[in-house]
Amino acid sequence: MGRYVIRRLLQMIPVFFGATLLIFLMVNVMGDPIAGLCGDRQCDPATAAQLEKEFGLDKPVWQQYLTYMGNVFTGDFGTAFNGQKVTELMAEAFPVTIRLTLVAVFFEIVIGITLGVVTGLRRGHPVDTGVLLMTLVVISVPTFVTGLVLQLLLGVKWGWIKPAVSTEASFDELIVPGLVLASLSLAYVTRLTRTSIAENRRADYVRTAIAKGVPRRRVVIRHLLRNSLIPVVTFIGTDIGALMGGAIVTERIFNIHGVGFQLYQGILRQNTQTVVGFVTVLVLVFLVANLLVDLLYAVLDPRIRYA
Amino acid sequence: MRGATHAKWAACAVAVALAATACGDSDDSGGGGGGGGGGGVVRSSWGDPQNPLEPANTNEVQGGKVLDMIFRGLKRYDPKTGEAQDMLAERITTKDSITFDVTVKSGWTFSNGEKVTAKSFVDAWNYGASLKNNQKNSYFFGYIDGYEKVHPESGKQSANTLSGLKVTGAQTFTVKLNQKFSTWPETLGYAAFAPLPKAFFDNHDAWVKKPVGNGPYTVDSYRKGSQMSLRKWAKYPGSDKAQNDGVDLKVYTDNNTAYTDLTAGNLDLVDDVPAAQLRNVQADLGDRYLNTPAGIIQTLAFPFYDDNWKDNEKSAKVRKGLSMAINRKQITETIFQKTRTPATDWTSPVLGEEGGYKAGLCGDACDYNPEEARKLVKEGGGLPGGRVTISYNADTGSHKDWVDAVCNSINKALEQSKACVGDPTGTFADFRNKISQQEMSGPFRAGWQMDYPLIQNFLQPLYYTNASSNDGKWSNKEFDKLIDEANAESDNAAAVKKFQQAEEVVRDNMAAIPLWYQNGSAGYSDRVSNVALNPFSVPVYNEIKVS
Repeated sequence: MGRYVIRRLLQMIPVFFGATLLIFLMVNVMGDPIAGLCGDRQCDPATAAQLEKEFGLDKPVWQQYLTYMGNVFTGDFGTAFNGQKVTELMAEAFPVTIRLTLVAVFFEIVIGITLGVVTGLRRGHPVDTGVLLMTLVVISVPTFVTGLVLQLLLGVKWGWIKPAVSTEASFDELIVPGLVLASLSLAYVTRLTRTSIAENRRADYVRTAIAKGVPRRRVVIRHLLRNSLIPVVTFIGTDIGALMGGAIVTERIFNIHGVGFQLYQGILRQNTQTVVGFVTVLVLVFLVANLLVDLLYAVLDPRIRYA
Repeated sequence: MRGATHAKWAACAVAVALAATACGDSDDSGGGGGGGGGGGVVRSSWGDPQNPLEPANTNEVQGGKVLDMIFRGLKRYDPKTGEAQDMLAERITTKDSITFDVTVKSGWTFSNGEKVTAKSFVDAWNYGASLKNNQKNSYFFGYIDGYEKVHPESGKQSANTLSGLKVTGAQTFTVKLNQKFSTWPETLGYAAFAPLPKAFFDNHDAWVKKPVGNGPYTVDSYRKGSQMSLRKWAKYPGSDKAQNDGVDLKVYTDNNTAYTDLTAGNLDLVDDVPAAQLRNVQADLGDRYLNTPAGIIQTLAFPFYDDNWKDNEKSAKVRKGLSMAINRKQITETIFQKTRTPATDWTSPVLGEEGGYKAGLCGDACDYNPEEARKLVKEGGGLPGGRVTISYNADTGSHKDWVDAVCNSINKALEQSKACVGDPTGTFADFRNKISQQEMSGPFRAGWQMDYPLIQNFLQPLYYTNASSNDGKWSNKEFDKLIDEANAESDNAAAVKKFQQAEEVVRDNMAAIPLWYQNGSAGYSDRVSNVALNPFSVPVYNEIKVS
């Protein structure tokens, strides 16, 4: 197991470099970011040249990339155009988005798996059909529609929540945005669990357990659910990265100053340092989440061993 | 088996943690974490300033808003009329429109207790002009003698201070300009000319984190990218004291969300009503919606560096024809819901008649007339290559909507279905990039927000040969001559007249097609009153009253 983890960690290195290089090139292709800094007028050439030098934009891209990566390893992610350190921006944005992601994943796990188990055990039952229809609706409606409708109804019409999340972005404020963010994945988790449970219900080990007289609760949770969770865990694991990166829409609607907001600002202002820095961290999160998923397989199914 | 137990424990722990923090936090926010909405504090929407907050480094509205609250300069533009009035200036005198003697009022201090002296201004201006400080507004000091040494166009600076600035006493200094510019003192209301305390130079990093100025407000706390809390400065010596206890500026990720928060009662002031909400704004806010003229004009500029658009009589006819093919009235009413007014000159109504605004100066060329448009375009040899593309940036504002409408109008008027198409660019930075690289091949969106309410500001930076914002590289000797003469004129009325003559040259050559004047739009809650927008479309915060 230890060797497996080390091998996986080593594999991350090329992925990490490749991903950052790609992002670096993509942001650079968009052109000279200094041009947008002076508003609707041209920067005077001397100031522009000076700024380019300060941000290292006067050097060839490969050299910029090398310098950047060199700095990253010393923990220096550069400076955003408003004079703030990118690490400072991260320290503010990531905790918020992590909280939002936690809320979303929590909903996915609790609601998604519960609904999946319930429907999987009662296939063809009205409950099953009802939930299936609901998930279909959720999948077909875009997130921003769900978000705006909930914001209008709960926030403005009924006044249950504040339509905009404050800068503290505490957990209770993030419940509705988290639900919106989770909605799509939640529907998938439900469907995945349902299929998996329905399939395994007729498996020999379940029949054996029932024949042994094991209580129904125990059969469902210990035997049936545990064996049905592998595809679901894979999905949720990869979803963590996607949720963090894909929070742009939700964060914009609910005024959450998280990773999505910073990335959006960074892209608008063509701020290479911000965009590359944030995406680099997101890539790391994605890689680690994937590793954890693979390790969880062994916990769920002891037959899977890593050497 | 053991694994499953672990997983279960983990899940429980997460659930407990969630529940616990949720409970803990809800207590907090109930107690006053909701953004300090209590008392007489105005809660206003804000956008994240693009550059560090320094007077000479701020060139957009969001940062300008703050500077307007925490700084007072030699002059201040009247929030209603836009007229430049003495603020810290006791008097500014000149005999030859080149050398100006400035006397600073005594008795003014910065909010940290330090006195505002002549040196506070001279140091600040030298800092702003110096190339090594990367100030994006340094060209404001370009009229002062010695600028080219402090801020050369390329290479290293050969001086650190402007030779045209001399401190002559504790409260007096002289300014020598490098050209005649009679209305120069009236430019001094711009934020770039604000005085700076010693603290700014001694500990720059700390100052930028929490700016200290001499205006009616002080910065109480500042969290970059999320919120700035400004509080009334009780010892403010000026007459324009704050009428409220303070202002909380909250950064919104989207102005739609800010508007929603206003309608839900969590915000008092939104100074940019999103275009999508303009249809509901009357129903939502009634008379708590402001729609007042601002010093902003939108035009279509042309790439005169492109062979197809070289400035000559024939191509001027095509430009005039295009101008006549645009139905300004219809577009401003349907797309902008009357938050824009069709333009009939190249300045802005906020200047007033005396200041140089002249309604109808454009003449028929700005009236919708499809027949004449067709005729003119034909006489001018038709559209270059048979079609025009209008370039714009698609990331902000509703540029796509109006560009499509303008094209539609041109296509209809010229009776060609493909005569005009929009050409979007992804980001503003890239759009500016293309403009500065002179890569435009057809008309492009050009907006101009005035720096100071002078007719000079609507003409010289935009149309003078090689001027800072002459993006189309238009050049006309007659125009340049008239501008020089106007600047040398010591009588204000005569100067304005000369500027208008120069504007007529712009008209006769149709150097840019004027589209519409932009209004500032704002909405406010019933908790506040006496809300108004100044000619720069910034709310006059110090006059807002909280009930």
